[in-house]
Amino acid sequence: MKTENAKAWFFVLPVLLLVAFNALVPIMTVVNYSVQETFGNNVFFWQGLDWFEQILRSDRFHAALGRQFLFTFLILIIEVPLGIIIALSMPKKGIWVPVCLVLMALPMLIPWNVVGAMWNIFTLPKIGLLGYLMNDVLGIAYDMTQNPLAAWITIIVMDVWHWTSLVVLLAYAGLVSIPDAYYQAAKIDGASPWKVFRYIQLPKLKTVLTIAILLRFMDSFNIYTEVFVLTGGGPGNSTTLLSIDLVKIALGQFDLGPAAAMSLIYFAITLLVSWLFYTLMTKDDAK
Amino acid sequence: MRKRSLIPILYVAFLMLPIYWLVSMSFKTTNEILSGFSLFPQTFTLENYAVIFTTPTWYWGYLNSIFYVSLNTVISVSVALPAAYAFSRYRFLGDKQLFFWLLTNRMAPAAVFALPFFQLYSSVGLFDTHIAVALAHCLFNIPLAVWILEGFMGGVPKELDETAYVDGYSFPRFFVTIFLPTIKAGVGVAAFFCFMFSWVELLLAKTLTAVEAKPIAAEMTKTASSAGYELGLLAAAGTLTIIPGAIVIYFVRNYIAKGFALGRV
Repeated sequence: MKTENAKAWFFVLPVLLLVAFNALVPIMTVVNYSVQETFGNNVFFWQGLDWFEQILRSDRFHAALGRQFLFTFLILIIEVPLGIIIALSMPKKGIWVPVCLVLMALPMLIPWNVVGAMWNIFTLPKIGLLGYLMNDVLGIAYDMTQNPLAAWITIIVMDVWHWTSLVVLLAYAGLVSIPDAYYQAAKIDGASPWKVFRYIQLPKLKTVLTIAILLRFMDSFNIYTEVFVLTGGGPGNSTTLLSIDLVKIALGQFDLGPAAAMSLIYFAITLLVSWLFYTLMTKDDAK
Repeated sequence: MRKRSLIPILYVAFLMLPIYWLVSMSFKTTNEILSGFSLFPQTFTLENYAVIFTTPTWYWGYLNSIFYVSLNTVISVSVALPAAYAFSRYRFLGDKQLFFWLLTNRMAPAAVFALPFFQLYSSVGLFDTHIAVALAHCLFNIPLAVWILEGFMGGVPKELDETAYVDGYSFPRFFVTIFLPTIKAGVGVAAFFCFMFSWVELLLAKTLTAVEAKPIAAEMTKTASSAGYELGLLAAAGTLTIIPGAIVIYFVRNYIAKGFALGRV
């Protein structure tokens, strides 16, 4: 039972001030831009909600949003089951476990643009290991700078490489917390491996999987650097995800109004979907 | 059992392949890289590393990154500690809303904030300083640190606090001498995560710096585009950026699984 204590506000005050400084001022700037037109020189004209309307109706935005949802959807349906399978097949004890965990966590500690650059070097035809294997050993024409499908497969594999370990580590933490007695009881009852998974392991994994899915959703939906460094959004616009398109409009074309309106819509979608996921996945707990 | 352990082995091998390629390329000469495929460096060279350790923009980039990341970790964890304590122990006006609002900042696409951040930090005169990047990364690291620490603190029974008060401990003394040692694994994990996310983020770090505080990863983008295509140099710099991560992960190796579950297992 928690105690009522208004003084607790003093404890959260430093956090509040620091985050507010970083969050409120920039978001107000974005709101400000989103309702105005500017031709430079700090001269602004009231534009109302025109930019929002323009963005919501534009085919370019729909296309980028569609690609973004496709990317995030593929990431979730590949990484979550794969992560669970790997975690299930890992031994619970032994000298190799910490080594395994450290090696698995390593990709997540590499700066995001290095991840992009690394995969670029890895997939280059003639020079890269993967590019060489595909083209010269297996004889499959593979060049992600030319072929949109190859580019998509490459960014998906890169993200699977980069982030599946997050799911593995979370699921593994959930699995080792299950007492041995549960498994013994299941053995006595003659439960099949599937039943053990479905009725013992999966319920225990619920909390950690909620965290995993939420984090993977947020980060894959906001992905920018890795994909930008690897493909630059190309070939054509085939891998121009939402963030990449946003930066193109904001910094490339310097269309601040539309870019700001797009930012707010983008943020709103992220919040809404995260909230939906969270409510759906924790629905049973509330009862 | 034998067959099952094949899956993690294959997975780790898959993870190591691109890293191996990067490291092996960093020991090759540009000539060898461009002349064709070779699985191992034929003419092993440390030339690429020598360039990095003797060019000020390179090694300063490295130091800059380490400096602002450490600064951010210290700031994030120290302000998150009392806040996480408040969230785990007390009810107060707007606590749930505040907690949720903090987490929403973890969801904000960095691309949304890039331009406003540039303007904000320029207007307060902090542009191109380490502190600017350290403060900007607080946006997503503080909510994360609060979230992790709250999870670990929730696992400590409240009786510990009460016993300490009965024994006549003042709050600061209790917090530092009793409570902190109890949750030291949580503090370590929170610090690790702050380090990790500040180290890997580049969009904001690049936007907020020009020369003085420029991170090494940004220096790499410059090399990739301007100085022709010096793949060996790029690979060497990339290899070096993996090392700090590998070092910090070693320190939390025993808590890593629990840590990634944010203390909620």
